[in-house]
Amino acid sequence: MSVSTAEGALVGHDEKYRTCLDTGLKVYAKTETLIKVNAVAAVLFLAVGGLFGVLVALTRWPGVHLLPADLFYLVLTAHGAAVLLFWIIFFEVAILYFASSILLNCRLATPHFAWLGFLLMVGGSLLATVAVLQGESSVMFTSYVPMQAAPHFYLGLILFAVGALLACCVFFGTLVIAKEEQTYEGSVPLVTFGAITAAIIAVFTIASGAIILIPTFLWSIGYIAEIDTVTYKLVWWGMGHSSQQINVSAHVAVWYCIAALVLGAKPLSEKVSRTAFLLYILFLQLACAHHMLVEPGISSEWKVFNTSYALYLAVLGSLIHGMSIPGAVEAAQRRRGFTKGIFGWLRQAPWGNPAFSGFALSVVLFGFLGGISGVVLGTEQINILMHNTLYVPGHFHATVVAGTTLAFMAISYLVVPLIFQRDLVFKTIAKWQPYVFAIGVGGTSLFMMGAGTLGISRRHWDITFSDASLTFDVPGTAFLMLGLNGIFGLLAGVGGLMYILVIVGSILFGKRRDAEAVKANPIVAGGEAVSTYGSEGTLKLPGTITLVAVFFTAFVLYYFINWKFLSEVWPLS
Amino acid sequence: MSDQAPPSAPSEPTKSAAGKDPSERVPAMQRLLDNPFLLLFLGVTMPTVFYIIWGIMELAQIPIAPQ
Repeated sequence: MSVSTAEGALVGHDEKYRTCLDTGLKVYAKTETLIKVNAVAAVLFLAVGGLFGVLVALTRWPGVHLLPADLFYLVLTAHGAAVLLFWIIFFEVAILYFASSILLNCRLATPHFAWLGFLLMVGGSLLATVAVLQGESSVMFTSYVPMQAAPHFYLGLILFAVGALLACCVFFGTLVIAKEEQTYEGSVPLVTFGAITAAIIAVFTIASGAIILIPTFLWSIGYIAEIDTVTYKLVWWGMGHSSQQINVSAHVAVWYCIAALVLGAKPLSEKVSRTAFLLYILFLQLACAHHMLVEPGISSEWKVFNTSYALYLAVLGSLIHGMSIPGAVEAAQRRRGFTKGIFGWLRQAPWGNPAFSGFALSVVLFGFLGGISGVVLGTEQINILMHNTLYVPGHFHATVVAGTTLAFMAISYLVVPLIFQRDLVFKTIAKWQPYVFAIGVGGTSLFMMGAGTLGISRRHWDITFSDASLTFDVPGTAFLMLGLNGIFGLLAGVGGLMYILVIVGSILFGKRRDAEAVKANPIVAGGEAVSTYGSEGTLKLPGTITLVAVFFTAFVLYYFINWKFLSEVWPLS
Repeated sequence: MSDQAPPSAPSEPTKSAAGKDPSERVPAMQRLLDNPFLLLFLGVTMPTVFYIIWGIMELAQIPIAPQ
């Protein structure tokens, strides 16, 4: 076992570290640098991908219809790759390194491999982006065959995936080092367990990507004559949907992390929360099957097992987190003396702190919009109402943008002072940013789902199908929905710009966070809560129970309203 | 399953920081949750079997259209 010295180096490993003045955690220099570069790469891709997203929203707005068709498909492809893959996975790698090396108090395993992984990810993401921008690879995020992209599009994605796989290996190696060097006692902290869940799902995701993208690359350069379209779709969604399940696991871990750091909150029960993550590990990835629900030739047994019986167990995991996280906040607030009434703890929460407000809005929007719509899409019978309509992007904007992106934005307001050691600049903008972004992205999700329910196609540039031989009578309300989607998309773009401004401005121009600044402006209430094992151990949570009751009422009502819609589409009499 | 972390620190042979006796048997569920590589095996095997392999078996049974 290595011995730490007062000078801040590990004897035998020559690993330099500092002790974080806010949290008291050891921050190893090599880990810190890798977290920084991955976070910066993530934010750059968010900026680019977010800009493309605004262009897509303005083109879908019938009154504006900004881009011509070819440019729309190009921008839509670039938007999907930049934000659904690159922004999210760069940031998740930063989270993996934080949750292993820093929370487990140990050096990072094989930092050279971590750098190699980072360089492969940067090279791959740039290669794929360039391929799209060259105009020969407008195949959408899904890149369904027989549409063919340029070979360097597939090669870029493969290199990116290999880099991400290396990052996962470094993460698992760091877990081994921490265990071997006994840098923690007993079980890993819950946030680290959430990161383990994300890394496990990432391994399956990358393996699925390799299975399908390597042959597709070979097909694009002429070594393989044909790729079976349905097999491609099946295996591709093993990557495409599972990559979004990495997000769910990672952002739930981030929720626990923010609650612990800002309020000193511990989970209601460690073992229940870990069991919920175990349900993710076992069942969450099977939800990929909801993309195959209308494929003929696949049995109902396969469809219903994967999307209903198994998926509901994963949903149970989300429901557990959905009660545990607000419950942990309520318990921590009551412990801190905010005990007045049912919701006194909520009123007295630090709503002016963007880390907290972003976290809270992310929990609410993910649960109400993303979670409920996900269960509806995962039910074979009612999926048919909105399969492949704009409802699907509405759903995943609620999960990936309102859920994951907003949670990652929220923790950035802690990463900048704790890892970059800079105070935030433009504090007023930072305070309002989560609200502006949440309203914008909540609106786009809701209105896309509304338009999808009315039958609007998810990918088509011309929603009226004006040059088709079989016309489609688009209801007027759908045009209204798409107009509102454009307006709220602009608002989300403003929120994203505010985030970039604050984060980049703080990294470049923020005041160095020294001991005096830490004393004058403490930002962390629970450095110990995030890195140790322990439960709140109470269920005296009247506020949380009330909120959960409201959620279940909304869930049941919306679920059964869709069965009512179905009965009107296909009357049984 | 215990709600406390199992002991592992050799510097405290009788009790861990979590206050547990090291000789106490760790419940099976907790041993599972504390083993990231077993979890990795399960997390990759489940979707590979139920989604990928079963799915490809389903697709392989679709008859090919006559030419």
